[in-house]
Amino acid sequence: MPFKPVILWTDALVFLLVFIVLITIWYVRNNEHLLAPWRRVGHSTSGMSALTVLLVFIAIGFLDTLHFRPALEHTNSQGERVYSVEVLSVLDIVLTPLRTNVEKTYSAPLATHLYTKETVDLPDGSQKRTFARLEFGGAHLQDPDTEHLQDIGWRAITGACLGLLAWCGLHALLCLSMARRSKNNFVQCFQAIWRRTTEIPWHAILITLAFIFILIGAIAMLAVHYHVLGTDKVGQDVLYLSLKSIRIALIIGTLTTLIMLPFALLLGITAGYFRGWVDDVIQYIYTTLNSIPSVLLIAATVLMMQVYIETHPEIFETIAARADIRLLFLCIILGITSWTSLCRLLRGETLKLREMEYIQAAHAFGVSHWRIISRHILPNVMYIVLIATVMDFSGLVLAEAVLSYVGVGVDPSMISFGTMINAARLEMAREPMVWWALLAAFAFMFTLVLCANLFADAVQKALDPRIRTYQYNNRQLNQGLSQSHAATATTQQAAAQSSITPVSADTVHRPPRQS
Amino acid sequence: MNTLLEIENLKTVLHTGSNPVCAVDGLSLTINKGETFALLGESGCGKSMTALSIMRLLPDTGEIQAGAVRLNGNDVLQLPEASMRRIRGKLISMIFQEPMLSLNPVMTIADQIDEVLKQHLKLKNDAAEHRIMELLEQVGIPDARRRMHEYSFQFSGGMKQRVMIAMALAGQPELLIADEPTTALDVTIQSQVLDLLRQVQQQNHMAILLITHDLGVVSEMAQMVAVMYAGEIIEQAPRENFFAQPAHPYSQQLFASLPAKQKRHQALAVISGTVPSLSQQFKGCRFADRCTHAFARCHDTEPQWHAIAGNHKVRCHLYDSAVAPVQNKPIADIALKTGAALPQPPANEPLLQVNGLKVHFPIRKGLFKRVVGQVKAVDGVSLNIYAGKTLALVGESGCGKTTVGKSILQLIEPTAGNVRYNGHELVGMRREQLRPLRAQLQFVFQDPYSSLNPRMRIIDILQEGMNALDIDAPAMNTQTSQTPLSREKAVDALLDCVGLPVEAKWRYPHEFSGGQRQRIAIARALAVNPRLLICDEPTSALDVSVQAQILNLLNTLQDDFGLTFLFITHNISVVEYLADEIAVMYLGRIVEYGRIDEVIENPRHPYTQALLSAVPMIDQSVNASMIKLKGDLPSPASPPVGCHFHPRCPRAMPVCSQSYPAASIISPTHYTHCYLYSQEHTTDQHEH
Repeated sequence: MPFKPVILWTDALVFLLVFIVLITIWYVRNNEHLLAPWRRVGHSTSGMSALTVLLVFIAIGFLDTLHFRPALEHTNSQGERVYSVEVLSVLDIVLTPLRTNVEKTYSAPLATHLYTKETVDLPDGSQKRTFARLEFGGAHLQDPDTEHLQDIGWRAITGACLGLLAWCGLHALLCLSMARRSKNNFVQCFQAIWRRTTEIPWHAILITLAFIFILIGAIAMLAVHYHVLGTDKVGQDVLYLSLKSIRIALIIGTLTTLIMLPFALLLGITAGYFRGWVDDVIQYIYTTLNSIPSVLLIAATVLMMQVYIETHPEIFETIAARADIRLLFLCIILGITSWTSLCRLLRGETLKLREMEYIQAAHAFGVSHWRIISRHILPNVMYIVLIATVMDFSGLVLAEAVLSYVGVGVDPSMISFGTMINAARLEMAREPMVWWALLAAFAFMFTLVLCANLFADAVQKALDPRIRTYQYNNRQLNQGLSQSHAATATTQQAAAQSSITPVSADTVHRPPRQS
Repeated sequence: MNTLLEIENLKTVLHTGSNPVCAVDGLSLTINKGETFALLGESGCGKSMTALSIMRLLPDTGEIQAGAVRLNGNDVLQLPEASMRRIRGKLISMIFQEPMLSLNPVMTIADQIDEVLKQHLKLKNDAAEHRIMELLEQVGIPDARRRMHEYSFQFSGGMKQRVMIAMALAGQPELLIADEPTTALDVTIQSQVLDLLRQVQQQNHMAILLITHDLGVVSEMAQMVAVMYAGEIIEQAPRENFFAQPAHPYSQQLFASLPAKQKRHQALAVISGTVPSLSQQFKGCRFADRCTHAFARCHDTEPQWHAIAGNHKVRCHLYDSAVAPVQNKPIADIALKTGAALPQPPANEPLLQVNGLKVHFPIRKGLFKRVVGQVKAVDGVSLNIYAGKTLALVGESGCGKTTVGKSILQLIEPTAGNVRYNGHELVGMRREQLRPLRAQLQFVFQDPYSSLNPRMRIIDILQEGMNALDIDAPAMNTQTSQTPLSREKAVDALLDCVGLPVEAKWRYPHEFSGGQRQRIAIARALAVNPRLLICDEPTSALDVSVQAQILNLLNTLQDDFGLTFLFITHNISVVEYLADEIAVMYLGRIVEYGRIDEVIENPRHPYTQALLSAVPMIDQSVNASMIKLKGDLPSPASPPVGCHFHPRCPRAMPVCSQSYPAASIISPTHYTHCYLYSQEHTTDQHEH
């Protein structure tokens, strides 16, 4: 075999997660009433655009999760193949030129010369302090001063055109597959998409994809001969660093949430539902946990881990495995320390819900506590979980940056947004300023978190049966009622807003109800 | 004519969703100075939108598209917003339905009234304070000098509504718009507030636009009545004419759907269907689809106004002598179907026996949560319900009615006493032991909006009980088929039983109206085949016509399946219509208990007498002198010493404040706790 697959701990967990997601999708597809709300997610324009971008990120992250050790040329004394100690991922192979084209030090995006002056030996033996040419960036240009801009422009445009061409192919494929399914012809499907009459907003997805394809095309063309986002202090390509960071961000965001959720859900709901001494105990636990500075707790645990790793080098075959185990423990520790706020929210919501009459009706049927929690309370608090986890996602990625700053974050050999931001601390302070590393980290994180937020928003709207995102044309039993409700709801806002008359300023109008 | 307000062809549109909703469509009315004008209609008819259009306080989505609102001849719709501010609170004031939500909890009462005075009268501090005190005294707030500096949460519901009225009066308006001013209040408090409104109106000579759905309130207050339906006024008349002879079929059916004693064992008239969606384009009469007298013309031509007598006019083709088919002329009293009133043989053993039931909630304070007192929500209640009968538990809010119902089902653990159902003692049973009995006792909750889980489909809601209690099919289905039905079939049968289409089971609760939701809640309770159904104010959140549907349903269920009801309510007319026995509760204890005819016709306890007289009567001929109760319900945390009712009782004696009266037996089935009646036949069962 030319390579030896390596499954790191976090990889295993990611595969497990993917497996669970696939099972869930299969289960939902077979249940019409579960499928219906997810169809409504598909009707949301912003949600589907966000999902498209999110899927690109996830694809990059997933490629980066498939690890292996390439075989080396020589064999050992027993004639067995020897594998490199360096663990690579599929993404590394895809990005080989970016990974291997390492400059001496900082260079600006798309530059042909270094960002710092250095002493170079001229052919005539004399020395001169100047901006040296880059080893790889723009190395093909004879005269950078005249050809540089032209070359960049030409490459960007060609790349964009190629991207657009690929996009057109994809569009045609989509139309073809739609045509085969709906037994319409190709043109009808094309028209349906752009007249926005399709059930899923394909036009929005296609526009998003067009942007992505053009961007990827242009960058790919440029990246062969330039460092599109510049290089960092040791000359690594910032684009490569950013793409590699995506996996770490996704893992910290998802694994930590997964570790945190069982604590928060179980403890929060039990505390709110059973009250009494259970509530007291859980409240004391999270109040205590909350009062310990989390950085302290994390630092102590990570340092303990570090000592263990260093005293047991034989357990870890490669550096990557060592770094990975550290990442996993970071996730676990972050998860264990960050469930308290969600737990508190869930407890409060459950306290409110348990007094609802439908819970009491369930009690009157003798429904068991476990069923009440899982059938009545859990679905009604899911919106909080969804919002809180997405909000936490960005917080966790940032927490990783903070921890890296303190020195207890991910392993220094690992590339993450946290280490990039941490490095930017010095880069922003130097003169002239190195801005591109921070900007790249910012742009990637911003896009990722924004898309996650938009998608979560769409999911939350669709899963709430009380909110209608898709206009039902038939099956409207009592439109009048829902409208009168909408009317009174807005009346409340209006009455609350108008601080004009004292009477109305303090009054809220309510729909008639006898008590 | 001394016209104060003239609305001409008002059209208000709400831009919500895809279709604009025409909440008010071509409404015209005239209010004279010093007159009380009642706008009557069911929820969703556009009553409140009319009021908000007059004040120009519509929500952002609302738009007044056409019409004129002339106040003293000036069109307020043409005024700029700045001049509108001088009108609001000064010329027109408004009071809202929920006094609890209408006052700012972080401002004192005085500060809130002061805002009006500062805006409109530019009063200086001392003068303003004096005026605030005057206003509060005018609305009957005792100890106004001290209480004006208190916050709204320190006032009771009735007192808050008084404060709201004081605030509305502060600018000395010429028109007071009262939007359901008493709907959220108890009957005895309602009569106090209505009384106050009348007094204030006479003193200040202002006009009142009273918006309500309660025919009783209209008959007590109004001089002119306008009935609103689907955004337009369909009938307008002076009160006497309206109540003597309602002309529009809708008004007639509203009267017919009111429950009353005379209609016992009869099905109530029901207006089929629901108020039509206001977003559609109407063609013809808006009520035609639900009208029993509709004929072809009703469906395609919009009816015009037809005068009947004097200023009694109606919008109905039946009164157009040119077109109306003569034989179809509606008669004021609609013939009712007489249901089978089966005289059931009285059972010897009561199905449910409640003895000395007490529910106390401890009040905890301090670091160690020490118990410093008890809220005695239920303090020794004894009831007997016989199979197939209906017992009504009546009382004001906060008297512990609901707690009694929930503690019978062991949803709230009783502090003392026992509940025997069919020979089983329920108190102290463990959860698992109780489960087999759960199927026999079920509960229907007050608010159909919070009693159904919004995230479960109807089929899941209905099957929940069957699954939990492992019941295959409700008994009512075995009549139709011998083989046991599958659970899904059982759900179909249940929906059919409560009059909902079978397809409804795939939907979520929010897709249904209040009445439909309450039917689902009843179906859910029936799913486990109960024998006793505890109904906690099942109709209080619903409109009159929907209430009639639910009451009919309950009646049918009792006739067909021999269900036993414990009916918890504050609505006396529903009690008169439905109940066999009545128990009147006051502050956690039953003060009077007896058969329905005994108690209603011959109430003995002063509280029962006051409660019955406070109910607004539609029939003005029975002009019973109203017994006014002072003050509010005391806190159950510190009930008055002696008879709980003595501080409010018009016939209190010195002995009343010393100890709680024992039961006075009036007849074998009728007893009361009052010193006015001889105390000799005391039974230890009712002692405390």
